[in-house]
Amino acid sequence: MKEYSIIGKDVPRTDAEAKARGSALYTDDIRLPGMLHGRILRSPIAHGIIRSIDTSKASRLPGVKCVITSDDTPKIKYGNWRLFPETQDEYPLAVDKVRFIGDEVAAVAAIDRDTAEEALELIEVEYEELPGTFDVESSRAEGAPVIHDYCPSNVSVNRKIKYGDIEKGFSESDYIREDTFSFQAISHAYLEPCASLAQVDLDGRITLWTSTQTPYIVQCLLASTLGMRENDIRIIKPYVGGGFGGKMELRPWEFCAALMAKKTGRPVKFTLGREEEFLAGRRRHPMKIHSRVGFKKDGTLVAKDLRIQLDGGAYNAMGPTATFLCGNFGAMLYRYPNYRFLGEHVYTNKPPASAMRGFGAPQSLYASEVQMNIAAEELGIDPVDIRLKNAQVSGDQIPDVATISSCGFSESIRAVAEMSGWYEKRKSLKPGQGIGIGCYSFISGGVFNWFNTQYPFSAAEVRVFSDGTAHLLTMASDIGQGSDTVLKQILAEELGLRMEDIRMTSADTAMTPQGDLGTWGSRVTLMAGNAVIDAARKIKEQLFGAISARFNLNVIHHVECKNGRVQATARPDYGMSFGEAVAMVQKANRGEPLFARGSYTPRGKGLVTPAFGFGAQIAEVEVDRETGLVKVKNMWTAHDCGTVINPRSVEGQLAGSIQMGLGYALSEQMVMDGGRTVNVDFADYKMPTAMDMPPSEVVHVDTYEPEGPMGAKETGEGLASPTAPAISEAVYHATGFRCKDLPITPEKILKAI
Amino acid sequence: MKHNIKIVVNGDEYSLAVDPWRTLNEALREDLNLTGTKLGCGTGDCGACTVIVDGRAVSSCLTLAVSVDGKSVTTVEGLAPSGDELHPIQEAFIKTGAIQCGFCTSGMEIAALHLLSNNPSPTELEIRKGLSGHLCRCTGYNQIVEAISVAGEKMKKCCHEEERS
Repeated sequence: MKEYSIIGKDVPRTDAEAKARGSALYTDDIRLPGMLHGRILRSPIAHGIIRSIDTSKASRLPGVKCVITSDDTPKIKYGNWRLFPETQDEYPLAVDKVRFIGDEVAAVAAIDRDTAEEALELIEVEYEELPGTFDVESSRAEGAPVIHDYCPSNVSVNRKIKYGDIEKGFSESDYIREDTFSFQAISHAYLEPCASLAQVDLDGRITLWTSTQTPYIVQCLLASTLGMRENDIRIIKPYVGGGFGGKMELRPWEFCAALMAKKTGRPVKFTLGREEEFLAGRRRHPMKIHSRVGFKKDGTLVAKDLRIQLDGGAYNAMGPTATFLCGNFGAMLYRYPNYRFLGEHVYTNKPPASAMRGFGAPQSLYASEVQMNIAAEELGIDPVDIRLKNAQVSGDQIPDVATISSCGFSESIRAVAEMSGWYEKRKSLKPGQGIGIGCYSFISGGVFNWFNTQYPFSAAEVRVFSDGTAHLLTMASDIGQGSDTVLKQILAEELGLRMEDIRMTSADTAMTPQGDLGTWGSRVTLMAGNAVIDAARKIKEQLFGAISARFNLNVIHHVECKNGRVQATARPDYGMSFGEAVAMVQKANRGEPLFARGSYTPRGKGLVTPAFGFGAQIAEVEVDRETGLVKVKNMWTAHDCGTVINPRSVEGQLAGSIQMGLGYALSEQMVMDGGRTVNVDFADYKMPTAMDMPPSEVVHVDTYEPEGPMGAKETGEGLASPTAPAISEAVYHATGFRCKDLPITPEKILKAI
Repeated sequence: MKHNIKIVVNGDEYSLAVDPWRTLNEALREDLNLTGTKLGCGTGDCGACTVIVDGRAVSSCLTLAVSVDGKSVTTVEGLAPSGDELHPIQEAFIKTGAIQCGFCTSGMEIAALHLLSNNPSPTELEIRKGLSGHLCRCTGYNQIVEAISVAGEKMKKCCHEEERS
């Protein structure tokens, strides 16, 4: 393995001190002179026609500066799937109809929050309530209420994947397993509620500070919904308090802040309350999964027939991508020679589901993994052995969809089995105790250009200075995962500089290079990392030329940037400081500053992703037979993320994944009463605390991803998947109860045992 | 009618006129511009808004500003002794990787200060209990627990040295 000076080291995060001091500014921390406070009026009914809206009383309330409904807007629909305009089904404020409890109907801006809140109560809306539909079966039934006129079937997206011969596969199978699974919605529960602040300059251009994962997407969709030009909108992402997929679309309050800032000439800020976040916020898709899998007697997989229905809620949001990815993930981990997938995205009158950490994988892989465990038991094979028998390896293909490049899956399974003492514990644990395995694979960014960006997927600009420093500019968005640190590490390594030599500007659409699609799908390290390397190498070419000329080097000499110097590798005395080398290039160019642009767009990488991460996890649990409570006693993880750029960050994300996976498995769910989300605070939405976290051990399997920067690929998102199936299998091992509808609550366990 | 209150925040005395329903969180963030204290839920469930009032850790979102009249408040901005130095708790949070998105951090650090002031050598379980009113969605808590343990050791050493000198 190549020796690095900064890559793979425990470099402290560059934003950590500002956060530790409380001086890092998040959107709601920013105040501007004359700023107004916005609030949104939301629909109290799940489905209905808006007969009339009377805002006159609200407008007359002293301190209220602006009240808007859709009649004050251009009424232009938006949605992230810009490549297919028919999927763009949302208006910033409801036009004629509301489709879920929490749908945005009107907005108020006032001199303070209390006044804005009071004004909301003075807006009179007359609704004609329509029958609603709250699950996929009812939505697909004959005569079901139609939620969007353009889509009478309520099925807004279909996705099929098919290869091999499925019928032949099943006819050749010795053992066929058929199961149905269902999944609850859960909340991203990022700690920072959404906030946006808009300001209009004297030319009418808009600056929007917003808690987002995707500044470029917000810029484009805000422009289109306001009927403005993209370049007249500037999006700045301040520090963001987590996203997990929940902040990657244009949101109504971003639109309202911008429009109301225009109308009033004053800055307007919206900050959501936690109750709004739970009541109306995006969430992980509830799903129904029907899976039929065929095996040979020896455990070899032969065929899989997968049908998934996603309960999308009232709008598409990122549902089309989730639909597509469910089918992709259904074909991952193991070699299925014959495979068929049908995914349907179904509208219901519930708050829209959208992207959330794992993006279809937690559901799809839960089904795969539980079925592997059932099959292993019924075929008399150990769950670890049946996985090793079928595990995907480097070079495997999913026809027309993806080719797997680096793959440390089998190594991960073996490592985790060894760490946990798997074979021994499977035999020796007492009743009430159990151990189980779950595995994952995940993408390193998406290939399919659903947003229809006209720019590179990621870009970077590097400027270097004669004082030995550099300035890295990129639109990549650090939302807490640590990408600013990782991208700086990559640049520092390439240029032979120290972290403190690099200034960074990120995620400002007017200042950082076009383009970047944002933070989702574990794309940033690979894609923005490659863009940084591309820019850095162009800088190095110039510096190397200067050194070669200055020292009259033979053309075969290798020149390097190392320890703050630019020098011939074989003759380090033929070299000079980084700053001096920059000064020489600058002189040769008559004072022109030295800078370079780099970019990355995946090409020839199939439909899904340039690289897959893999891993396996084992959970040990103890189940209290009196109360049904599950205590997770230990977690072991072995994973393959290619080169580890920042070990502390990777381990931190892994532990965070376990927290989320633990919640998904055992306690978290958005409890629905028809279209109403019942549990709208953290007291009733049960997220694991420090007391619930098990001890955890981790091994990074050593692989190198050729497409990734310095060999790196995804981490931290795929890990959201294995925890639930691992715990589920451990609970089965402990109690004999096999859960096919998450979460695994004490009630379900007690009823079963 | 607004009430006049006097509070000492991080050693500085402030006089404020506040509505009776104004929370300490609003007073800190909006009147005093001390935005290091966050607001994560407004219902006292997440711990992001935690500050210390006269030695007690409280949710500033549930504490009325009028109720802290005459009292002393410590927020995250009061931890570091200067712009060049950090508090051992902050240092440990940075070093162990206990900070990701950072939104829970100030509340966690204040909880750590409260815990370590009352129990200079907490066990791991005591640290976890001390954090059980604080939610984090990024870190899985383990590195935060480690940070508090590291900070506790460092603080004991500092105090010990101070006593000796």
